[in-house]
Amino acid sequence: MVDAGDRARDEFFSEAQEIVEGLGRDLLALDEAVRANRVDPDLINDIFRAVHTLKGLAGLFGATRMATLSHELEEVLDNLRLGRIDVSPVVLDMLFRSIELYGRILQVEKDGSELPIPEVDELLRELHRGFGQREQQPLAAEYDLDPGLLAVLTEYEEHRLRTNIQSGLILYRIRVHFQLATIDQALDELKATAKPFGEIITYLPTGTGADADSIELDILMASRSSVDELRRALAETGAEVEEIPRRPGGDVSGGLAAGAAGGGFDSGGLSSRPAMSASGPVSPHPRSSDPGALAAPPDSGAGGRKKRGELGSIRSVAQTVRVDINKLDRLMNTVGELALVRSSLGAIVERLRATPAEREMSLELHRLQRTFERHLAAIQQGILEVRMVPLGQVFDKLARVVRQISRDADKIVNLVITGAETEVDKLIVEELSDPLMHMMRNAIDHGIETRAEREAVGKPAVGTIALNAFQKGNHVVIEIEDDGRGIDATRLLDVALRRGLITQEEARTTSYREALTLIFLPGVSTKSDVSEISGRGVGMDVVKTNIGRLGGVIDVTSEVGIGTKMTVTLPITLAIISALIVRVADRLFAIPLANVQEAVGLDDHAVKRIDGREMITLRNQTLQLCYLTRLFGLDEEEELSSRIAGLLGGTRSLGGVRGGITGSRKLDRSSLGLSPGSKRKYIVVTAVGTKRLGLVVSALIGQQDVVIKTFGPSLASVRGFAGATELGDQRIALVIDAPALIFEVLSGGDRARPEPRGVHG
Amino acid sequence: MTRILIVEDSAAMRAYVRSALEDPAMSLPEEIEITEAANGLSALRLLPRGRFDLVITDINMPDVNGLELIRFMRQNPRYEHIGLLIISTQASERDIERGLALGADRFLPKPFTPEALRETVSEILSVLRSGPVTDEMVEPLDRGDEVQG
Repeated sequence: MVDAGDRARDEFFSEAQEIVEGLGRDLLALDEAVRANRVDPDLINDIFRAVHTLKGLAGLFGATRMATLSHELEEVLDNLRLGRIDVSPVVLDMLFRSIELYGRILQVEKDGSELPIPEVDELLRELHRGFGQREQQPLAAEYDLDPGLLAVLTEYEEHRLRTNIQSGLILYRIRVHFQLATIDQALDELKATAKPFGEIITYLPTGTGADADSIELDILMASRSSVDELRRALAETGAEVEEIPRRPGGDVSGGLAAGAAGGGFDSGGLSSRPAMSASGPVSPHPRSSDPGALAAPPDSGAGGRKKRGELGSIRSVAQTVRVDINKLDRLMNTVGELALVRSSLGAIVERLRATPAEREMSLELHRLQRTFERHLAAIQQGILEVRMVPLGQVFDKLARVVRQISRDADKIVNLVITGAETEVDKLIVEELSDPLMHMMRNAIDHGIETRAEREAVGKPAVGTIALNAFQKGNHVVIEIEDDGRGIDATRLLDVALRRGLITQEEARTTSYREALTLIFLPGVSTKSDVSEISGRGVGMDVVKTNIGRLGGVIDVTSEVGIGTKMTVTLPITLAIISALIVRVADRLFAIPLANVQEAVGLDDHAVKRIDGREMITLRNQTLQLCYLTRLFGLDEEEELSSRIAGLLGGTRSLGGVRGGITGSRKLDRSSLGLSPGSKRKYIVVTAVGTKRLGLVVSALIGQQDVVIKTFGPSLASVRGFAGATELGDQRIALVIDAPALIFEVLSGGDRARPEPRGVHG
Repeated sequence: MTRILIVEDSAAMRAYVRSALEDPAMSLPEEIEITEAANGLSALRLLPRGRFDLVITDINMPDVNGLELIRFMRQNPRYEHIGLLIISTQASERDIERGLALGADRFLPKPFTPEALRETVSEILSVLRSGPVTDEMVEPLDRGDEVQG
């Protein structure tokens, strides 16, 4: 296929992605509906339409696999929505499988790879075999409907009409006059009002009641309610409700009156003009019974009726744009650059201020700089907000996984989701999906007991997994809580002991809570141990690492026989953070403020050594200390003076490269917080979740918003740092990955390490 | 200036149609201006304002479907002269037939190449320019000196 433009292609991928995600949600809803025996035909039609769209798109953009899969699925779905086959578990399973496959196909197509996906071919073969469909008679032959009406019904609408007539529902014509300016909202309100009373089959613009600003719709609706009930319900919308009489003498399947007999959809209102000619319109006459209704303006404001959930849908098409996250990243980088400009501006203001002759100008410039700062902060905030997406995106995927796994494991699990609307940075959401999936899988495989086991201990046969999300300050908390068998800490300790991960002594003194965290150690929770520890299994260490990479922490609580709760705490965004800038020996580091509780002076005499760890008592709580100079292998005494000289030289030359903005900036010992006479150190109390650690630093420099730049691939293996950042005055600081550091130090990693980590350069 | 309204609920499909028609290298002989509608309702809203020469519409859309849009346009003296092209998958043959019966000018099965789209569009436009269609003119007219698609 000819390339019709990269933009169209990009649009294709994001739309396909969106459709597939939507499909996943709809399928879950369908699954639920099937179980509750309340299938909404609209839902099946939505799914059909989504696949139909995918097929058309895939065809255009040469995504052959996707087109073929969609083609086969479309066939099945078409049969489903037209009632030729039933929604059986087999069909549902196949639909769910196809969603997963769509995801993979999309990835492969995006990468431009020709990689074969055998599962697709397998599914295609199964789909192709079909599901044994029923035959149906065409509606017209069976019911002798007005050909004018039939002419504008799509096949699906015709099917719905037939189904409703067969179920003995009454057909109504609802005529409403809409102002074009407000039609979306007014129609949504009408739909929301009408929905409880039955099914709307189609919306037909009448052609006569329209002018430049308004339009008249005939809405065909099937309902069990009487005409009076419907009229009352729709009174506020200004709708005019008429029952369409059955054919005189007709039986149950009698259907609609043909022609104009007895009102209803008369031929003037509905019949098509003679086929094929492109000129000579039939000018239909309005129904003579209600000429006034055409002139009556609709009550489009329709009171304070708020059905937001059902509204939105049409609107969102026009009011949202898709943005490539990389574009936002570039914007954010530009904002970072602007922040540098701001600081340089500040330096100039300072210099001007020191010159008495330029005082006035310095004041003016200062005001400008303040305004600049304010707007810059607003831009920063704005970009951050744009990057936020609801966690629901991942939760939908999780719900599918739960369904699949619980089916495979033959366990019935009820997933209860709260807080799906909680928003997190898009990048975090993307990265979250694997770890959460893992945890979910573990919860079902190892947490939830089999039916028989549950019943034996008097638990409900259906296991429950709660998936909760909520915002807590600058963090988002995600909890996965199951009511399964819990984790046996004693056995965890056993395994860890046997593998030499802990000593006998430690095994004896470890508290229950601490023991649980052993599942995050590599080697304890490997697959081979699943049966042995009969608790969590697969690769929790990997989960922890991945969460840690996002700046988050994971915590576990569990009670044997009651259940297990995993709590993931994440920052809301990765792009920009408030940080405390500290000096350690002669280097600067940034500690994310989100992890800083407080900073206090260190009193050397208060430090106690307990079990090889240095502790102090702070506000009646013991706090383990970590001397960063030691941890990073920096020697403040010996290297101090030479390094300062080197640092100053280095910074100067950097300033030169940047066009001399700060060429004459004074950078002396005091501006680095280096005061050689003072030996006083500071403790920065960092915390993640319930874990606290006191980082001992040489000096506190100040607080600043920093844009984190991740390390390049050559430094990817360096742990303990989230990246580097340029401080406003062109100094560079490494950003400490506080959660990783805290966990490592508290779990004894700093003692075990044979050599200090390289932080040179 | 030729004004074209694309009625299609898939944004990617709209982008495709737009790029096919706007392609500067192989553009249509006339200058065009394209408006997009994401569903039948939006189309109804845009119609009175747009002074369109051609509406390209999908059939399967929620609420006001393509057939209803076609019927509405053909019943309304203000829009009856506007060219109507259905783009839909071959699978919904029945719906396409109905669309043509309701007065659409042509039908182009999805997926289509940009060339096929351009060709069809210029055919419809040239027919429109040469006056009302009569029953004998079922097949496209001679396209004269138009640039090929």
